[in-house]
Amino acid sequence: MRRRAFLGYGAAGLGALSLTLAVGWWRVDGPGAPDAAGLRPMALSAMDFRLTDHEGNSVGPKSLIGRPTMVFFGFTYCPDVCPTTLSDISGWLDELGPDGDEWNVVLITVDPARDTVRAMADYLGYFHPAIRGWTGPEPQIARAAAGFRATYERVPTENGDYTMNHTSGVFLFDAEGLFVTMIDYHEPREFAIPKIRRAMKKEAKAAS
Amino acid sequence: MKDLLFAGALAALLTVAGLSSPALAGSGDVVVAGAWARASIGVKRPGAAYMTIRNTGEEPVTLTGLATPLAMMPEIHESRTDAQGISSMTPAGRITIAPGDSVALEPGGLHAMLMGLQAPMTEGETFPLTLLFEDGGQTIVEVPILGIAARGPGD
Repeated sequence: MRRRAFLGYGAAGLGALSLTLAVGWWRVDGPGAPDAAGLRPMALSAMDFRLTDHEGNSVGPKSLIGRPTMVFFGFTYCPDVCPTTLSDISGWLDELGPDGDEWNVVLITVDPARDTVRAMADYLGYFHPAIRGWTGPEPQIARAAAGFRATYERVPTENGDYTMNHTSGVFLFDAEGLFVTMIDYHEPREFAIPKIRRAMKKEAKAAS
Repeated sequence: MKDLLFAGALAALLTVAGLSSPALAGSGDVVVAGAWARASIGVKRPGAAYMTIRNTGEEPVTLTGLATPLAMMPEIHESRTDAQGISSMTPAGRITIAPGDSVALEPGGLHAMLMGLQAPMTEGETFPLTLLFEDGGQTIVEVPILGIAARGPGD
């Protein structure tokens, strides 16, 4: 019995080791290798995490493939940066008109402790209806962030509360799930809209 | 309609200016324009308010703090985004405004962070926010509450 358990652990250990090696290859030499500008987000097809959207559906990176996608990280207790990003995105979608309907738009929370499915639903009800909110167990959020090369950190505030530092740009992926570019936080609309159209053009090219 | 709105805004602005203490040379020369805040969902999340604070006088003025019946702990905070694209937020401390200069509290930068809300911030309402200056002067600003998704005072 003991020996079997030991063998089991051994196999699991070996599995973990080969996974680590595979991930290592993927990041260093494989398609996940950093480009000149730094670490490039993985393709959505190469990411692996499981979250729940604000309507209670189970979702993951592969749910996004087939349509162009905007993803950004934030949290609903964020008074300044996040509502600004959400308003910016709402504005872009309005300006894109019918083209805007083609997009997956996802906010992934970096504060799952406070951002429950219910909290996400309450909050997103005030912004563009295309915007979906994803939350879930912290380890899954961490895996998501790692795939996007996003970072976040919990920072205590002086009133005993806490805030979150986090990557605040918007990630754009084409319909095949390949990373196209980022829209930096608060980037002017005249730069943001052409980037969005470019990600859609890639989609058209891929389809033809 | 736009002109009417503008006239309304101007009237509000003049009222605000009238409320500041004109006897003080320093903070008495402070004029606030374009104040607005976003509505909140309930009272658990912190709120934020924005405005432009101009020093029309000939001496520097220093903003040292805020007070409002709406929040237990109102404070000027600053959001920053670094070269890696990571946004963070920290208390801004004292803010000195040189003569003729102005300081903009706007999304993604300085903002009046309203922690410990005592009531929900409801769209269409206003709340008083008092700016406290080092020379003891105060300026009371009546801040209009816009929608949660508002982008600026014109929304």
